[in-house]
Amino acid sequence: MSTVVVLAVTGLGLGALYFLIASGLSLIFGLMRVLNFAHGAVLGVGAYLGWWASVHVGGPATARMLVAVAAGTVGSAVLAAVVELLLVRPLYEREVAQVLVTVGLALAIVALLSGIWGTDPKVYPVPSWMTDTSSVAGALIPHGRVVTVLVGLAVLGLFVLFLRRTRYGLVVRAGVENRAMVTALGIDVRRAFTLVFTLGGAAAGLAGALAGVYFGSVTPGLGSSLLIYAFIVVVIGGLGSVPGSALAAAVVGLVQQFTNYYAASGIGDLSVVLLLAVVLLVRPQGLLGRAL
Amino acid sequence: MRRAQLLGGVALVVVLALLPFSALTVPGVLPGAFASPGTLQLLAICLVFAALALSYDLLFGFTGLLSFGHALYFAVGVYATTIALSVWHWAPVPAVLLALGCGLVLSALAGAVSLRVRGIAFAMVTLAFAQAGSVLVVQDPLRVTGGEQGLGLNVSRLPDALVGVVNTRNVYWLALALAVVVYLVVGLTTTSAAGHVWAAIRENEQRIAVLGVRTYTFKLLAFVTGSTLATLCGVVYVLLVGGATADVTTPEFTLALLVMVVLGGSGVRWGALLGGFAYTLLDQRLGALAGSDTVAALPAVARVPLSQPLFILGVLFVLVVLFLPGGVASLVRPGGRPAGKRVRLPTRKRARA
Repeated sequence: MSTVVVLAVTGLGLGALYFLIASGLSLIFGLMRVLNFAHGAVLGVGAYLGWWASVHVGGPATARMLVAVAAGTVGSAVLAAVVELLLVRPLYEREVAQVLVTVGLALAIVALLSGIWGTDPKVYPVPSWMTDTSSVAGALIPHGRVVTVLVGLAVLGLFVLFLRRTRYGLVVRAGVENRAMVTALGIDVRRAFTLVFTLGGAAAGLAGALAGVYFGSVTPGLGSSLLIYAFIVVVIGGLGSVPGSALAAAVVGLVQQFTNYYAASGIGDLSVVLLLAVVLLVRPQGLLGRAL
Repeated sequence: MRRAQLLGGVALVVVLALLPFSALTVPGVLPGAFASPGTLQLLAICLVFAALALSYDLLFGFTGLLSFGHALYFAVGVYATTIALSVWHWAPVPAVLLALGCGLVLSALAGAVSLRVRGIAFAMVTLAFAQAGSVLVVQDPLRVTGGEQGLGLNVSRLPDALVGVVNTRNVYWLALALAVVVYLVVGLTTTSAAGHVWAAIRENEQRIAVLGVRTYTFKLLAFVTGSTLATLCGVVYVLLVGGATADVTTPEFTLALLVMVVLGGSGVRWGALLGGFAYTLLDQRLGALAGSDTVAALPAVARVPLSQPLFILGVLFVLVVLFLPGGVASLVRPGGRPAGKRVRLPTRKRARA
């Protein structure tokens, strides 16, 4: 029983990271039809900026971790906004070219990160209360896992509030539904593009800093390995649906952890891929997505 | 015009075939004289990747299928050959046939499943299959692939002509032959009746489906052809580098192929070849540039980016997508298909002119 609880919490923690990456990807794709390959690199920049900031401020580990998270989130948001304005916008309505630009950018950014900080893992500041454990139903749960899940839930809540309760959220939802119609009604949908890119970047940066805390260190390749599973989460959840991404992220995180433990290491990753193939063949629009 | 192209192509192949006899050096670009084994090895790798890029272009540029799983079929060639030769101690010919058979069957099965969905969903399913292959190779549950360590090639069963530094030029000729074969196969298939359907699918799949053509069958045909050619490239690659490593299974490797094709110019045979060749050469040789004294003397702001070949290639790629959408090929032939933009069919264009 205790093993099941530990695996569930770990799986949900991983799911929370996937959700933070996938929510941005999903909105960007839903609204702009751009598969953003640079999202993993944006995450990597957030993770490294967070690490860099935490090295340059003093104080207790908790404060340094909070500085790292804040710096990562803001840094990635700014980078994503710049990318949208300078590189994606000029290629408006040329969707394959937009994907290609993000591919090139991902290559360049990851190479730049290795060039500046090297390929060795950088140790993240993790306060001791995060690695301490509490006993839940006989299982020892590290607090850090619970915090990751809570942050994921909080971001889900904020995204849902933004989409349902604000005017810009309305524009984004309408744009996902029918972009041409929104434009025809005289609303500049491009401002929503920049907004969505920035929000997605912020979530990715947050995910980068949290991944640093979660795994204890960061490497330049962190973003690309997480990105593949985030893509799978996006497609399973339904392109453009934030609640769908949340649901799929939880499912993927849990499936991966449980099968990796009970079957063999590596089988978890395979079963996620299998899950994607099954979902696409049975329900091509994803769990909560609309038919494309 | 066609005749001039043909003569130019033949002349190029002849020049490339004679390079192992040349003592010429190209300082800065090549590590030594053309006849030196190091240079021949480098050029052979460039030729294999050029052929691989062209096999990917059959899907991406000629049929309009955006696959993120092409690395899988290359890796099948690499690993099936290595395992058959080194683990099972097969003779070379059955090993190569086994690899090609595996590539053919696997691409037919995976293609049959993934082509049931279109566009981005198709890209994602192919990515998922490739990722599954990558996980299988790296985690190695069957204890045959050697995991992250890779697997060395046991050369004892290979003909002597393909083994050893002295015989690098034979392997180089093999790579050149591969590039020519892939070029001819892609040329023959894309100008055949099926090839015209592929082009039509790329331009407007719905329209060709309305005309009563079963597009699924034709897309599967393109997928299997391109993938099996990739397996063939994998077989030659293994003979060239003497072993299999997990790098060739990663999705990043497929992205590199996409970059090669777009840099050179998608939908143009020599464009894809040139892209693959140039990308590989730059990737291998920019590292040498990074280690040079000129770069080491630069201030950190310029030195750090210049020391990363992939940074330079990534930036170059972004610039090409932004300012030269048809790739290098569009410089020579303005009618080259710009990446990501639908263009009119040649026949319609002629009708308007």
